[in-house]
Amino acid sequence: MSSSLTFAYYPGCSGQGTSIEYDKSTRAVCKALGIELVDIPDWSCCGSSPAHTVDHILSAALSARNILQAEDMDVQGIITPCPSCLTNLKVASHRMRDEQFKEKVDDLLNEPCRNDLPIMSVLQVIYEKLGPKALAAKVTNPLKGLKLAPYYGCIMNRPPEVMDFDDCENPVAMDHLMEAVGAEVMPFPLKVECCGASFGVARNDVVTKLSGKLLDVAADCGAAAMVTACPLCQMNLDMRQDQINRANKSSHKMAVFYYTQLIGKALGLSDASLMLDKLCVDPGHLFREIETARTADAV
Amino acid sequence: MPLPGILCPTRQTASQRDSPKAWPTWPALSMQTGKAKRIKAMETIHVNSSCDEAFIHAVENESGENVSLCYQCGNCTAGCPYTDFYDIPVSQIMRLVQMGQRETVLSCRSIWLCATCESCTTRCPNNIDVATVMDVLRHMARRAGKNPEPQVKTFCDSFLASVKRHGRVFEAGLMASYMTKTGRILTDADLAPKVLPKGKLGFTPHNIVGKKEITEIFQRYNAEKNS
Repeated sequence: MSSSLTFAYYPGCSGQGTSIEYDKSTRAVCKALGIELVDIPDWSCCGSSPAHTVDHILSAALSARNILQAEDMDVQGIITPCPSCLTNLKVASHRMRDEQFKEKVDDLLNEPCRNDLPIMSVLQVIYEKLGPKALAAKVTNPLKGLKLAPYYGCIMNRPPEVMDFDDCENPVAMDHLMEAVGAEVMPFPLKVECCGASFGVARNDVVTKLSGKLLDVAADCGAAAMVTACPLCQMNLDMRQDQINRANKSSHKMAVFYYTQLIGKALGLSDASLMLDKLCVDPGHLFREIETARTADAV
Repeated sequence: MPLPGILCPTRQTASQRDSPKAWPTWPALSMQTGKAKRIKAMETIHVNSSCDEAFIHAVENESGENVSLCYQCGNCTAGCPYTDFYDIPVSQIMRLVQMGQRETVLSCRSIWLCATCESCTTRCPNNIDVATVMDVLRHMARRAGKNPEPQVKTFCDSFLASVKRHGRVFEAGLMASYMTKTGRILTDADLAPKVLPKGKLGFTPHNIVGKKEITEIFQRYNAEKNS
């Protein structure tokens, strides 16, 4: 029998490419926290947004194939770091509770899925199964003085009936985890406002406007960096920050972390295992400032 | 600029508010031009003659939502981050669906620009899953061959083609396919000097072992759709 913290892990496609640092830091942090991740064998793409914009049965089938792959594993549930994958898996599972819908999904699959595994984000597991107190007890390098705007993205908590985690207008899980690792969490009001999602390619103007607003407000709140749990949000805010600055005539140099990278840093994990060098906006000076303050305190 | 009306309360500039001369003449109201074709303001809809009841039932059937519950509070539009980019705000789309205005709804840009951020669904006081209604309208627009945002549709199609082929999305291949199909060969070219040295963008696809299963999901779906 597996331990109470053994989960089927769904990395998601971007975790192998544009958000490889999220996948790697998630694995490193989970290992350090005693959460065992077992990759779903031969997992496939959940279909992301494009699938549900075409058809709900097709979308559910692409997700359900992964739920099916996990059903023979000895695990407590399926977890994923990516909110887009999470939404697709959870919405598929939710809709398949309707027998007629499930029948149509099963018709597209090689075999029907049982659909009885809980599906959660990695964030939910760290927050609910471990909690901020247990995390704080493991911190060796507190991120004292690091001012963060916590950005959850639009679909980690919405709609609440399906996502069933934290508050849908003012989520606090990441806030509390960041406080547990010693950072200062700023009162960022746009926690769940959309960043422009996958329109970066087809309608770049949408992303530069919506993500630009997020960066503006984060800076206005006094944040030195943003912290997020979503690969698409991170990519829009970080990789596209120069595009945003050009479009809006702004001059942001705002580092945008994955929350797992910051937890890892506070746990004393190596920069290499957290892949901090993969971020487009270099966060180096922020850690040097923390280090300088720590040395000064020690003297 | 259309006159503000029941269906289309548009924003006014200070000069429009102050100067009656800035208002368009009546013929201009039915001759909307410009980048985003807006719904005709103050348009009179003869519900008896133009209401497509079958359309209303189809939307309700496919979304599982009762659209008549919408009482036009406008909460969805107020919270929608995309209102600035829409040709018809989401609350007005709900109203047009109630009125059975199939052609207007399925031809609009808004349904292609909805990112399913779930703000409308989360905040609807009548618990209407508005985002699912928008999704279903997009499905219908696809089937009807409407495509006012071809780049958005091409991006989605290229994404799914990549999944069908490899089992997982191949990001570099997706971009290549999108640029070829749209002719926008310089899309995100400015990001290359920043992203390529990071080594994050793989140049070989991740083919899964069971990619035949994924192809079969698409094949069965297409067979069912065409049956």
